[in-house]
Parts: sequence; structure tokens; C-alpha cells
Amino acid sequence: MTGPQIDEVTASNPFSDSGTPLLEFAGVSRVFGSVTAVKDVSFQIAPGQIVALVGESGSGKTTLARLAMRLLLPTSGEIRLEGEPVGKHSQRAYWRTVQAAFQDPSASFNQFYTVRRLLRTSLGVLDQKLSRDELETRMAEALTQVGIPPAMLDKRPHELSGGQRQRVMIARALMLRPRLLVADEPTSMLDASLRVSLLNLLRDLRDQQGLSILLITHDLGQAYYVSDRLLVMYRGELVEQGETEAVVAERRHPYTQQLLADVPKLH
Amino acid sequence: MSDLLRAENLSAGYVTAAGLVQAVDDVTLSLREGEVLGIAGESGCGKSTLAALLARNIQLPLRVTGGTLSMDGELADLSRALPRPQRGTLLSVLPQGAMNAINPTTRVRDLAYDVLRAHESGVTRKSARERAAERLGELGLPPRAVDQYPHELSGGMRQRVVAVISTLLNPRILIADEPSSALDVSSQQALVALLRDLLSREIIRGVVFITHDLPLMRSVADRVAIMYAGRLAELGQTDQMLNEPRHPYTRALVGSVLVPEPYVRRHRIEGIPGSPPDLANPPVGCRFHPRCPLADDKCLTDPPRVGDLESFAYCWRVAEAAQGQPVAPTAVAGSGA
Repeated sequence: MTGPQIDEVTASNPFSDSGTPLLEFAGVSRVFGSVTAVKDVSFQIAPGQIVALVGESGSGKTTLARLAMRLLLPTSGEIRLEGEPVGKHSQRAYWRTVQAAFQDPSASFNQFYTVRRLLRTSLGVLDQKLSRDELETRMAEALTQVGIPPAMLDKRPHELSGGQRQRVMIARALMLRPRLLVADEPTSMLDASLRVSLLNLLRDLRDQQGLSILLITHDLGQAYYVSDRLLVMYRGELVEQGETEAVVAERRHPYTQQLLADVPKLH
Repeated sequence: MSDLLRAENLSAGYVTAAGLVQAVDDVTLSLREGEVLGIAGESGCGKSTLAALLARNIQLPLRVTGGTLSMDGELADLSRALPRPQRGTLLSVLPQGAMNAINPTTRVRDLAYDVLRAHESGVTRKSARERAAERLGELGLPPRAVDQYPHELSGGMRQRVVAVISTLLNPRILIADEPSSALDVSSQQALVALLRDLLSREIIRGVVFITHDLPLMRSVADRVAIMYAGRLAELGQTDQMLNEPRHPYTRALVGSVLVPEPYVRRHRIEGIPGSPPDLANPPVGCRFHPRCPLADDKCLTDPPRVGDLESFAYCWRVAEAAQGQPVAPTAVAGSGA
């Protein structure tokens, strides 16, 4: 367990300015029939910040991710991207800034497409046309970033392991060079050691490229390792939020206490 | 007192067009009465194959290629599956997606009836429902769950209910293959508490618990076996394994764990470089050597077993440390695998 000390990121982050948050939820609720899946949620994500959202299954984490991706619109409240209400952006324009990797990679793959075709299709979101060479370079770069050899471009989903599929989905998002990555349980299919490499990748993207990340997970250990800020969700509401270290140290809300008590200890 | 399960030099593989892929290679371990034996390792290391062997769920393309398995002191016939009368009474399986294995259109009580009916010809629906409800109540779960459909229960509750129903006939052995991977931490703890309760009430007598989650292992298992590329790397008491791992692979696994404790956040934790080998073409000698920071030429030879059957590691470095001097491969050949 050795390695270089890492500075407190929020303090020395060269990418965060005091200006507008990249993404802001202001009193957002989302109702499905009689169920309020997300209730009066407010938080902000600054440029170059990793914000982790934790909570148990069914607490509304994925609904919140879908709202952040503009796949759902809020029933009430407002979501703003760089100060502009999301409705002002066209979906394509929004997706140039915000990209996502969702938890079940098999649901995101067309099983008859090769990795190359899958990646190339996504590039349609961009407004400029890339040349063939540029295309290939971008795809290869993105795959290399997540630790997948570019030779895998010609593979089909069934030839990849669960962990590889999950990493391809992240490469797909990164290839579009978004400013915000919404990652919903991106490590659910990965073993502990691969999980660490992926989280390290997220840390590097933040530190080197100023990428903002909304990481959704039920694993407090992961959230604690990578995030600058922590949001704790319980039954659709954010019951606690703040600097990660402070939330974990102070654990004010009973649900946060419960969540921390349930995390198995290694030693 | 005999062991509930005793595998000796058990080997098995999958028959493929390209030849036999050895998924379990020369595994020797036992499950004792009253204990939870954990089996951990990365994906693709043979954990689930070993679980299938221990449960005698052996169907082509899986084939046993060597070794023996004793269940409750009796040598098992590995050429055929567990005989019907013993399913659910001698041994039950709690699979990963148990919660999705229940028929969504039938109530829990119908599932209980199916389980009991398979073994007791005279059982009525009414008595099956009562027994299931009583058992649920005894274990602190809501008895009314018997009248509910699977979708009316949360994921965690479904998994616990399936665990209760599959142990209605008091099987001596429960094989749990990643039963908690799809659950959030709170539901995981509840499931672990339930398994412990089943053991302390002697409803079941021993559990083989498979997971890749080491912190969870700590809360459930008495002893842990670490598997790598089809072989055992290390086996021992849970505390010893997690606090003072001997095998470099165990150490690397323990080092990759993220827990919400301050030291985790202030350092950069590096995972294990590379990935487990393709079992169709495993490396020679110690299978971990291509990824091991301590490997040298000696590791190209099969490593010796250091320790007794209760607690051991297969590693040249551990062997050297135990003897306080370099060990020549030939000197220990034969004492090892």
C-alpha cells in the first residue's frame, strides 16, 4: 500500500474556476405515476471535479443519472448545463458535452456490431466530420486509455469479457471528449484489481484533462477513493452532501451512518 | 467427525473443439462441520467450476479428469450428477442470480411446495406453506412473504427468501456461488447474517461461499481459499489470510481492496498488472509468475506446497522464507503438488 501522496485535489485543481458550475440540479424532482423517484434534489458539479453519488438499490441513483444525461426531463425544478437550462440545448449538442457509461454493458451493445462500428456510430454526435485517419486514431487512443488493445476493434461483443465490454463503453464516451462523464456503476463487472485501474483512470482524466465525473455507485469504498464530493441518496432524496472526507468523517445522517456500518472491513 | 466435503487432487476441465480447457487443477481442500469456507479469486480463475464440482453439478462440457470427492465421508461417484434424493437434503446450491431464478408468476409458497414435494410424496400445499412461513419467522424474516410474488419483494429480500426455501429440507451442505454480488452492502450483510444464523441453528452444517469481494469474506468465512488460474494459491484462516497474506497473489488482491478508510484515499492504489491467463494455455510453473513482482527463474517450475492441509500456500518465495534459505526446485519436488 505505498504510492505517492496525492494532494487535496479540490484545493489545487487548476481546472476549477470560481465561475459557473458545469452541471447544476436545482430542486429537481421526477415523478413516475405515483412514485417520486427523485425528490427535490439540488447539487452542483464544478469543472474538473469527481462527484460520487451513493445509495442503496432503488434509491433513485439511476433516475438521477438519466436526468443528468437528458434522457429524462424533470417533473419540476431545473437542470442547468453551464448555466443554461437543459431544454435550451439540443440533445445532440448536450451529448457533445455530457457522455455516459451505464452499468450493464451488454444492454448497450448491438451484438452484431464490431467494436469499431459501435464506436464509429457514436461519432455521429459530433458536429464536425472526421477524416478516416482521425477516426481510427481517436478510437485507438480511447481504447488504449482504458487498457484495451486497439486490435480489439474488430471483435464483437461476445468475444469480449464483461470487464472488457464495460471498458469499451467508457472508451466510447471518452472518444467524444466530453466535459462531463456520467458513469453509472462502471465497475460492477470488474474484479478488484481491474476496478482500481479503472478508478485510477478516472482520477487521471480529472487531473490531466479536467474532466468532470458523476460517479454512481453503491460501493462507498470506490466513492471514497476517487471523489471530491460525495452525495448520499436515500429514497429519492439527497440526505447528505459535502466534501467526501468530511461526509465520511462526520456521518451526520442516520442513513450515512448505517451505510458506513454495513461496509465490510478488511482489517 | 468427518469432513462434510473433502476434495483430493480434484481436476476438471471443459471439453472444447480446441481440446480440454483445464479449469480446476489439482485442488485439495475440505469443508468441516460448522464452518463457512470462502473461495476467492479473480473472474476466470475457476471458482464457479470448483463450486459446480463440489455441488456435483457435472454436465458436459465439464468433465472430471482426476482426483476424488468425498461427501459426508462417502466417496462420490463423479461420473454422474448428485442423485435426486440427495438434492436439497444433503446439498443445496444458492446461485448468483437466485433472485431471478424464481418463477415470477408463482408465489413463494408454491416454490416451497415444489421443493418439499420433490422429497416428501404426501406433502400438502397447506403444510408446505406453513412450514415455509414458520421457517421464515424463525429466521427473523416476515412470514407473510410466503403469499407474495417475487416482484413484491426487494432484491435483497428475494435472495434471503430463496436461501431459506432452498434450505427447507435442512441440507448438510450449502454451496453459495457469488450469492451477494448483485446486492447492495446492506443487503449483503443481511444475507451473511442469515447464513450464519442457519449455521448456528444447525439447519445447515457447512457453507462453501464463493465471492471475489474480500472484505465480505472477512464477515462471512472462517477459512478462505484463494484460487488463481484453476489452482489453489493459498488457504488458511480468514484473519491470517487478510492480515498476513503469504502468497504474492493474495497480497496483491488484498492490496487492491478499496475501503472507506483514510489511507485508501491518500494513496494511489495500483491493481495487479495484467490479467489472469487463458486457461486453455496457462503459463508453466507457478501460474502467477508472469504478474508476480517476486518471480524469478525458479517460478517456472511448479511451486511446492508450504504448510499442512489446514493452512498452506503454493509459492517458492514462501518456501524459502519458511526454510530461511534458498530452496532448490529438486529438493522439494514430490512434496509439492
